[in-house]
This record gives sequence, C-alpha cells and structure tokens, in this order.
Amino acid sequence: MPAYNSDSDHLPHALKILIAGGFGVGKTTFITATSEITPLRTEELLTAAGTGVDDLAGVEAKTTTTVALDFGRITIDPATMLYLFGTPGQDRFWFLWDELCHGALGAVVLVDTRRLPDCFAAVDFFESRRMRFLVAVNEFDGAHRYEPHEVRQALGLRPEVPIVTCDARHQRSATVVLLTLVQTLLTHPARTHPIQAGNPT
Amino acid sequence: MTAGGAHQEAWLDEAAGRLVRPYTVSAGRTRPTTAMELLSWVVATGVRPRGRLEPDHDVALRLCGAATTVAEVAARMRLPAAVTKVVLSDLVAVGAVRTRPPSPAADPTDRTILERLLAGLQQRL
Repeated sequence: MPAYNSDSDHLPHALKILIAGGFGVGKTTFITATSEITPLRTEELLTAAGTGVDDLAGVEAKTTTTVALDFGRITIDPATMLYLFGTPGQDRFWFLWDELCHGALGAVVLVDTRRLPDCFAAVDFFESRRMRFLVAVNEFDGAHRYEPHEVRQALGLRPEVPIVTCDARHQRSATVVLLTLVQTLLTHPARTHPIQAGNPT
Repeated sequence: MTAGGAHQEAWLDEAAGRLVRPYTVSAGRTRPTTAMELLSWVVATGVRPRGRLEPDHDVALRLCGAATTVAEVAARMRLPAAVTKVVLSDLVAVGAVRTRPPSPAADPTDRTILERLLAGLQQRL
C-alpha cells in the first residue's frame, strides 16, 4: 500500500490476539485483567458467510450484522501495541465472522469446565481456519478441577495445542496465558497454508 | 457533543462534501471513502481544515491528536465503528488525519515481532 509507506516509521504496530470462548466464560474479565485501559466496546459491522444456503447466482450468501466487541490494549513498547479482542459471546454465530480473525496473531480459547461444550465452536473454528490458539481453563471458584489432560482428551485437541489453567481475574495469571501463546507461536511456526478445499466459508 | 449546530449544513469544501452528524452519516453513507479496519492507525496531521467542523468530526480529530486506532476512536466516541470510519475518512479527505492499515508485520510467523511481544509481556509479570 504505497500511499502509506511514508508513515510506516512513525506509527506503531497494532497486533491482535482474540479472546474466545462461550458466553460468561470470563473473556471480558480476562481482558480487564491484562489491559492497561478499561476495556472499551465498539460495534462493528461484520459479514457472516451464508450457511447452508444455495445461492443460484453462485455467489456466497452473506449477511451483515452489527456485533459488539470488547477490547483492551497493552503497550508492548513505543512501537508495538497489543490489542485483545473478545469474541462476541452472546451470539452463537460469532464463529462465522472471518473478519475477527483477519490479522490476528492467534487466539486464547477460555474454557469453563462446568460448561465444556460452550467452547467447541471456538476450537472447531480456529482449527478450520488454521489459526494458532491455546486453551486456557479458567478456574472458577467451586468448579470441579479437571486435569489438563482430561480437558485435552474431552476436546480432542491436537498435541501441538497447549492447554493451561488460569485465573482470568488476575493480571499475572492472564498475562502468563498470553505469554504461553506467544511462546507457542515462536516455537511452533505456523505451517504453510495448503491451498485446498475444506476451508469452510 | 451538544445539539448545537447539529442540524446546520456545514460544507467543508466541495471535495469533502458535507460533514454531518455521524448518526445522519451512518444513515446516508455506510462506506468510508478511505478503507479502514478496526486496527488501522489514525493520527492528526496538524492541518486544520478550512471551515467549521461538525461537532463529532471535531471530537474525532481531537482524539487523533496522538496516534490511535479506529477501534479506540469509535469506543471513545461511543459510535459504531462503521460510522466512525466515515467520520475519520472525511478528516482524511481534507488532510486533517492520516491513516495507515494494520501493520503487515502482524504476521504470526514474524519472529522479530513475536520476540518483541514476548519481551514486553514478560515485563508485565
């Protein structure tokens, strides 16, 4: 984008990590704990790929929906800002919105073991998009503690997907989750994306 | 953001078109003239547009005093991102704001960026 090249030395890099998981699993809590600003909310128009609709014109059916997004920010250094975007938890179709993934480094899937199936959609989605992610079990007070390997088995996670436990309310604990994700990105570089069918839209 | 002047039709110049209240803008123009994403950077250039700015454009311009993102401007103005992009692109059109898309360096395979991120996060522990 040549029009902007002259500015590139002066504006920071904005990096994005997605915080996903079911409704009420603690996404905004996680963002609050790690963000240097009170989480902000905006509404964005997102385009959802049509599902199961045969379009006679051969064009994918698309719908546009306004979705509330919560986000926070961490200043990494003067030239780098990390933004954490919570995926909309109230809408069970959030995973249709590719725009959320666009430009994201990776994702944290928060899991409440009392409602494990709530995170299935997020896991499936990131796997299908080859988005790098880890699973973070948010240890709610009073929740039965499962061992990470039990959760891994229940979710059918691939071996390279890390699974960690955290307390999303605490800055240090939530930051360690982000660190683990970044370490994973460094130690297991993304495989090149084969151009093939099977990329659901 | 008072109601004062909200219903006046202020023209910035011929090229920029009319700058109106963003909720009006959102009804009329849903596509910004400059492509922007939530994490596009926006920053005031220091160029003060001729003529009087509509209140929301004025607020947006002040929010761009230091480099920030479209998402933050939208949240702080309590406006939908789509509306905010229209307002910001008006400001870009008159040279008051410049914008840059999210860094292409936001690539999950870019080790330099990831190592910087790792170091920054470790400092927060």
